[in-house]
Parts: sequence; C-alpha cells; structure tokens
Amino acid sequence: MAYFRSHVLVSNDPAILKEGGAEVKDALLNEIRKNKLSGEVEIIDTPRISDGKQGPEIMVYPEGYHYIGLSAADIPFLVEEQFLKGRAVEKFLAPTPREKAQELRAPTPKEVRVVLRNCGKINPENIEEYIAENGYVALAKVLTECTPDDVLAIIKASGLRGRGGAGFPTWLKWDLTKKATGSPKYLICNADEGDPGAFMNRSVLESDPHSVIEGMIIAAYTIGASQGFVYCRAEYPIAVKTLNIAIEQARNYGLLGKNIFGTDFSFDMEVRKGAGAFVCGEETALISSIEGKRGEPYPKPPFPATQGVFGKPTNINNVETYANIPQIIFRGPEWFASMGTEKSKGTKTFAMAGDVKQTGLIEVPFGITLREIVYDVGGGIKDDKGFKAIQTGGPMGGCLPSMYLDLPVDYESLTSAGSMMGSGGMVVMDEDTCMVDIARFFMEFTQAESCGKCVPCRVGTKRILEILTRICDGKGKDGDIETLEMLCSQTIENSLCGLGKGAANPVISTLKHFRSEYEAHIYDKKCPAKTCKALIHYEINPEKCVGCTMCARNCPVNAITGSPKQTHVINPDICIRCGICKQVCNYEAVVVT
Amino acid sequence: METEKLNTVLFNPLQDAKAKAEIDAILEKNKDKPGSIMVILNELQNTVGFVSEELQQYVADYLHTPVSKIHGVISFYSFFTTQPRGKHIIKICLGTACYVGGASQLIEKIKQLIGIGPGETNADWTITVEECRCVGACSQAPVVVIDDEIHGRVKPSTLAKLLRTITTEEKIA
Repeated sequence: MAYFRSHVLVSNDPAILKEGGAEVKDALLNEIRKNKLSGEVEIIDTPRISDGKQGPEIMVYPEGYHYIGLSAADIPFLVEEQFLKGRAVEKFLAPTPREKAQELRAPTPKEVRVVLRNCGKINPENIEEYIAENGYVALAKVLTECTPDDVLAIIKASGLRGRGGAGFPTWLKWDLTKKATGSPKYLICNADEGDPGAFMNRSVLESDPHSVIEGMIIAAYTIGASQGFVYCRAEYPIAVKTLNIAIEQARNYGLLGKNIFGTDFSFDMEVRKGAGAFVCGEETALISSIEGKRGEPYPKPPFPATQGVFGKPTNINNVETYANIPQIIFRGPEWFASMGTEKSKGTKTFAMAGDVKQTGLIEVPFGITLREIVYDVGGGIKDDKGFKAIQTGGPMGGCLPSMYLDLPVDYESLTSAGSMMGSGGMVVMDEDTCMVDIARFFMEFTQAESCGKCVPCRVGTKRILEILTRICDGKGKDGDIETLEMLCSQTIENSLCGLGKGAANPVISTLKHFRSEYEAHIYDKKCPAKTCKALIHYEINPEKCVGCTMCARNCPVNAITGSPKQTHVINPDICIRCGICKQVCNYEAVVVT
Repeated sequence: METEKLNTVLFNPLQDAKAKAEIDAILEKNKDKPGSIMVILNELQNTVGFVSEELQQYVADYLHTPVSKIHGVISFYSFFTTQPRGKHIIKICLGTACYVGGASQLIEKIKQLIGIGPGETNADWTITVEECRCVGACSQAPVVVIDDEIHGRVKPSTLAKLLRTITTEEKIA
C-alpha cells in the first residue's frame, strides 16, 4: 500500500466547483506534480468541508488545517509553504470554533499528554477515530481477561488518585462501592466543572469523549454498576452534545447496552444536565440534583459508596479520573506510576489563564514546580511584568506568592502551602492585581453560590463579603482584619460541605501572604495595585496629552472634556474609574493616582 | 411560537396550541425517568424560554407532585427563569480570568451602548443582559456570550462592532 505523508481533502461540491473550486483543484494537482510530491501527498475528493460559504476550500491532514477562500493563484505559494516547508499558511486558515488550536498548543518539552493525548487529534464525533488510537482495547482486555479484583489491583498499583481535587485513592473508592450491598449500583461522572478558571473537563469531553466513556464502562464492570450518569453543567452545551453523540455511537457499536463484547456484563449511561448551581459539583449535592431535587448537600456518612443516588451504592469520579483509566490498563500501571511524585502519580491537566503569555490547557507530570509551569510552559508573565501570585484550586483554593514558585506540585504540597489542587484551574496574576479585590471577588462568588442550607456558610460568607467590600470601598476599620480571621476560621470549621469548608481559603491565603495590602487599604486608604475604584483617581498628564480625543470618545460616561489638539480633563465627579481611557490612550497620558 | 413569545410579555405557552403540544410531549417523554423533574424543567426552559408559575403548577399536576417541590427546584438553580427574557441574550462572563481581564469594563461599555445592565431587559424585549459564571473559555478571557456564541478577548473598544448585528437588527442607537 502506498504511504502518503499528507492527505488533502478537496471539496467537489457543485457550488464550490463553480466558484473556482475546479481551478483550485487543477492548480493543486499541477503544483503537486511539479514539485514531485505525487508520491507523498494524496488528493481526495470530498463532498463538502464546511457550509461552503467561504469559497474554495481544502483540508490538510494529518495537521487538520482547514484553508478557505482559495483561488488558483494562491496554490503555488500554499503548496510551497505547506508541503515543502511544512508550515501552516495563516492567512488562509479558517477560524476554528472556540479557537481550539489556541486552547491546546503543541506540548512544550515539560508536558506529558495522557488525558489530552487525543484532544485536537481525532474527530470527537467519530468513534472509529478513537478506536484507531487504540480506543476500547483496554475495555476489551478488562471484559475478556480480568476479574473485577484484577482491575482493582491494576488501579491500586498505578497509584491513581481522584482528579476532582480531593485526591482520594481511586481504587479504594471503587472497592468501597464494590463491597457495598444493594442493587442496582450506579456510576456517576462528575462533569460539573464549576470552578471559574477551569476548563480541562470541558476540553476532554468536547474533544475526546470516548476516553471518558471507556473509563466509565471499566469502572462499572469493576464495581458491578448497571447504570451510569454523566452530570454535566448547563454552561457546556457543546460538551453535552458531543457526549450524546459519542454515547449513541458506542451503543451502536455494542460497547454500551446489553452483553458488552458478548459477555454477560451490561451497562448503559445517559447525560444529565445541571442548571447553573456551583454547589452541585459537591458530590452529595450532585446526587440530590440527579434525583431531581434542589442541589443541596447532605452530611456524610452515609457516603455515596453505600447510599448514593436513589439510595443505592454509587461511585462518583471526575472526568479526568475516568479518562486516565483506559491508558492505565492499556499501557500498564508501572508506566503510569513512573510519572509523578511519591504520593501523587501520573499527570494532571491544568487550565492556565490570567496574565501569562500562553494561556490554555496543559498537562504536566506531578512534581513539576510552579516556576516551570508559569515560565517554561506558560512562557512567563504577559508584557514582562512582575509575577505576583498564582491562584490554584478555584474559589476554594488560595493565592500563592512568588516564594512558592519552586514548590513541586502535588496534592499534599499545595495543601500544606495553604492552597489546594482543586480540579486544576490556575490563574496567574501580575503586579497590577489587587489581592484584597481578588479575595472579595471569590467571596462574592461563594456567597452567591452558597446553597443556604447550613448557617455557618450562609451567614459566614455574607459577613466576610461585607467586610471585604467595605475595605475595598475605602471604609475599612481598625479590627476588620481580626474579625475576618475569626469569621474565616469559624466558617471553615463549622460548614457542612466542601463549599463552606473552602470558602474562606482565598481570604486566609491572601491575609497570610499579602497582609500589607489589606493594611494599606484600611489604614492608608490606598490600593497599592491601583485597582479598587474608591481609592484611585484618573488624571490626564497635560505634558503628554496631545488632544487626540481618543479618551473622550471612548469614555462610557462622558466624563472627559477637551477640544481636539487641546489638553483633555477628567471630571472626577462623573468618572466611574473604569480605566477605559487609560487603555485606549496611545500616549500614556492617563495616569492613576 | 418564537415570534409570539416575543411580541407580548404576556405570552402564555399553555394557551398556545403548538407550545402546549411541545410541553406535553416533554412531560410524557420524561415522566417515568428517575429524577425526572430536573430533566423536564431543563427541557421546558430550553423550549419555552421560561417556566412561569402557571407552568409550574401544570407540571406539578402532571407529575402528581406538590408545586412547592417544583418551585423549590426552579428557585434553586440560576438557569431557570420564571419570566420571559429578551430575544437576544448577552452574557458577560465573570469567571476569574475574565474578571482579572477586565469584565467590569465591558459591563460599563454595554450599559453605555444599549442602556441596560446585568439582569435587565430592554423595554421592547429584544435584549437581555446577564452576568454569568465561568463558561470555561478562560484562555480567551474576557469573554462575552452573545446568543450562545462565545466571543473571546473582547475589549470595550471592540464591543460595539460585536453587538452591531443585534443593534442594527433591533434598531438600537
């Protein structure tokens, strides 16, 4: 069989052929021949690639580049760049939905792709592409060669721990549900990725849903579950759609349903949608929600393993945990355990956002330092500003200052530093970020998302938020810091579920590492990062202002006056301190004091 | 149904033959599922656009459940609304990355451009502005979601252009 290094799909849609598609194809064949690439590049006709509104188009594999709006004259250049020099031709590239390419770049040397191995590489809506990447091989092996105890032993040997954030050993959780009495048993995949700043699970579900489904079937076989649910948040409509397609395809291939692989094991699953409640990421609240109730958590025990959804034994794992399972079976537990630290094995995906040069999804082995993540993988701080803090673990996590940059990342180290692993959001903050404002931001989030069932969380978050807002408004009082500390510790100690227990973490960690900023707000009425609106003023430096009127035209409240070529003036009584004038000024004439 | 819903705020889906048929189909399809209330309400919210008190009563009767239980679920989750919303929905993401990236400036700009802020619907029911929790597109922060389409790296200066399709269609400023 001839081996082609590239395949080019050319649309032979009649409408496109008429618009110059025929000439493009001829030119392409010509150029390929001229450059003696006929043995390396194969041209394949395909009905249509996109909606056909973008003129003649081609798709180049394996890169998956989609070029649009081509004319015959563009082809020589395109062929030279793409096939001789191996570079993408940016100007013809179609914008990808959600800019997937930007979310997931080519891995940097410090990265290892296990969970993300197929993301962006295979078509998530085609099960055959997953199977071609050794998909469902692990499932076949488990169902035909292993007993449930064998699987438990493999997972135990791999050292896999829950990727939802708590880091509970996966094998132990499975074993508890397996041993529990009651029938039927349920299996739940927690895809309620609510942490602001985290989007790893969404990416996996949208670009490699079968790895999660395969992991779930293996887990179901191990614990003896017959029905599975994927609880996905309503904010992820594309993930829900992709998953439903994948489940349907798996069903058609006999991978879900009765007598999977001809064995007597039967398992099926469905997607359940959330409705915008953050607390539903907490496992007991999630169970309430699947049962069709208000998503309120309940005290443990009883643990879901013995009494979960509909009162039956239930195993709940995170998306990423399940996505690891097929690879562990396929490549062996020793391979998996060879990565990471003593107590945290394997890799972890993180969503990097905020003030780093390269935002997006990364996957790194445990034990990597925060410095490597921020500077080697993330490329450093945007505009080469100074690093101030990295926020991990979402609204229940903490902010770590630069002294922790050399901390090796694993479950224990982050917790001991006063933050946590969480599901894997990482927001990098530069020196322009006010830490009191960030604490207030997170508290606003938790306070709004507190379900209100238990008093410490409901009242505690409210009171903490009031004090933080007061401090940001320049009305902080002597004693506020002490009151905050007392309220935080009481909320943590007395709340029912993870939301309340973690709610005060952002305040505690910023108080610990950035206490001077709180003091500056309260005693000097100054915001050192120049963020808190009540404590700053915008002014125009007459020496730099050239009177271009840019600021006046962009001011949302018309607080800026001045004629063209004359120095402009900001009226502080009208100014809402939104900072847009500073952003649009090309002469750095707007200053914050 | 779409246009009728928008023409009047007083649109009652239960009085509309087509809408009622859709509602009944949703109820019939899901009524025996375990945990059916969430599934049904989610589908109703998507199809009808809101779940009014009257509709809640209708669902309760259909499922032989107290209406308090239905209302409890509706009021708990932020996705369920009891009133119709505007034809176009603009959501400003307030996730951490978007917040750090300047989401509050976008809110000010939207107020200037279309005259309403988060949680408000304009007088002729064409646009509703909402704040939302992280939509998971953090690498493109700050993000604005216009009618389910995600727009990343939005700046106050580019907002007007983004909203132009809607503002022209609805003849706003």
